[in-house]
Amino acid sequence: MKSYNFAFFDEGSKREIRRATLKAIALPGYQVPFASREMPIARGWGTGGLQLTLSLVGKDDKIKVIDQGADESVNAVNIKKLIKNTTDVEETEFTEEATLIQSRHRIPEIELREDQILVLQVPIPEPLREIEPSEYITKRLHADKEYSGIWLMLFERIMKHGSMATGADHPVLVNNRYVMAPSPIPRFDNHKLNNSKALILLGAGREKKIYAVPPYTEVQSLAFEDYPFEVENMDDKVCRLCGARGVFMDELIDEETKEKYYQCNDVSYCLQRLNNEIAN
Amino acid sequence: MYDKEQPILTIKNLRKQFGKGCTICRDLDDKNIQKNFCPVCQTVYACRDVSFELYPAEILGVVGESGSGKSTLMKCLYFDQDVTSGEAYIQGYKNGNANIFAETSQQKKYIRNHLFGMVYQNPYLGLRMNFSSVGNIAEKLIGAGSRNVGFMTGRAQELLGNVNIPIYRMKEAPKNFSGGMQQRVQIAKALSNNPPILLLDEVTTGLDLSVQANVLDLIKKIQRDLKISMLVVSHDLSVIRMLADRTIVMLNGKIIEQGLTDQILEDPQHPYTQQLVHSLL
Ligand SMILES: Nc1ncnc2c1ncn2[C@@H]1O[C@H](COP(=O)(O)OP(=O)(O)O)[C@@H](O)[C@H]1O
Ligand SMILES: [Mg+2]
Ligand SMILES: [Zn+2]
Repeated sequence: MKSYNFAFFDEGSKREIRRATLKAIALPGYQVPFASREMPIARGWGTGGLQLTLSLVGKDDKIKVIDQGADESVNAVNIKKLIKNTTDVEETEFTEEATLIQSRHRIPEIELREDQILVLQVPIPEPLREIEPSEYITKRLHADKEYSGIWLMLFERIMKHGSMATGADHPVLVNNRYVMAPSPIPRFDNHKLNNSKALILLGAGREKKIYAVPPYTEVQSLAFEDYPFEVENMDDKVCRLCGARGVFMDELIDEETKEKYYQCNDVSYCLQRLNNEIAN
Repeated sequence: MYDKEQPILTIKNLRKQFGKGCTICRDLDDKNIQKNFCPVCQTVYACRDVSFELYPAEILGVVGESGSGKSTLMKCLYFDQDVTSGEAYIQGYKNGNANIFAETSQQKKYIRNHLFGMVYQNPYLGLRMNFSSVGNIAEKLIGAGSRNVGFMTGRAQELLGNVNIPIYRMKEAPKNFSGGMQQRVQIAKALSNNPPILLLDEVTTGLDLSVQANVLDLIKKIQRDLKISMLVVSHDLSVIRMLADRTIVMLNGKIIEQGLTDQILEDPQHPYTQQLVHSLL
């Protein structure tokens, strides 16, 4: 174990990733190419996010890793292990305690602060990919702020399904300039990107892209005048464990009664509520 | 709205070459070019000093054999391709004083969306075959700034109705349509933002004769109803005869003759035009 560099990479590699990150912060929502490195974790398992985390982590950081809201999923545990083995920094499950949070598919329920960084793992960073396969052309479309195609995609969904029906990864306009894929977070989390106090970084390992939502940046979810953006409705759902309302819930089926029930998707949030560590 | 005495579109010395050219073809130009290309460096001179004017509410035909540069001319006007050199001006756009080829990409996008409609010979270039027909129209409306689904579906239904697409097929994808229907969807799409100028490239080529007649009738009706200016390109002089008030004849990238269509048909001047007219008889 001691043969690793601190945070796995040599200093030169980390500096290179940080340089791409700085450029991403300077151009909110713009996808900055970077030389994605080989990792001891398969691409597609969060190597983009992990490279960001490793390039940023310092000895005093406290890290938290979550996968779809859970700190204990195999994917999150593997990533945590690698960070721990190569840095020996402290880990935490408490969102407020963490200085650096790496996440797949969720933004924590507890509002993040200015002294925290959220790293999101991204599989497909290009919001225009579905309508335009060529990278050369999508780059030009972004440069020209030519986003008719993405609007057309949303329009077609309405034609087909009667609503924008985007599930996760609903496209957003960042700082009134670039259209961005918010990684597949549920629509419920989109508003947390807007005016976030924490720096949000997004990394795609396979696609070799880094992009960012700097603190206090305007992020709007795309929507038509007569088809407003709507989040998943959580109003009538209550967590069976902690009794929470108005947070993102998983829908589960009781094995015995075969009845539907709900549970907070953000597991540490749920636990903290159960332990009376946050106001009920 | 437009001054009928002044051209709506003025094109001056439009050149488009594919390739860099070499000392032989650059310096001596025409003399050393075979047909439209340089035998030494293989550079293609697809459009060579093309200049003409299109007047409001006029149908101007462009005829010439395959490879004479007709499609290249259209693609340059619609900014699908960059010109090598040349100028074009549109009445009413920046007082007719701005060379549209020299505009920014933002301005070109505006011109493409608002001032031109384009119908390609190949519907695959003009339509998204897997999207709904309504969506294909909406794309142009979105490009022009609409963000209202109700407005866009209403407008798309109106436009598709005008080109005789039955209402129950409007949400279908053009890939399920016949060639003639696909061209009609393209025409509806081209008209969606009420452009003053419509560019039509071999709209009827490859269609059955009866379908051709049907599409040509539609184009005539549109011209009558909307008083729109049209540039109609075809290798087929019979199409041009049916539609065009005036005609330009192109050969090897150059305009070799232009005039009233009737005049050209009755008294062609250039040997190539004479040959073309004779083959029609
Ligand atoms: N992208 C291209 N690259 C090289 N040559 C081209 C290209 N497009 C067209 N050409 C050439 O330019 C000439 C004019 O073509 P085109 O404008 O398509 O003619 P038309 O439409 O009159 O048949 C032809 O010799 C053609 O081979
Ligand atoms: Mg052609
Ligand atoms: Zn040459």
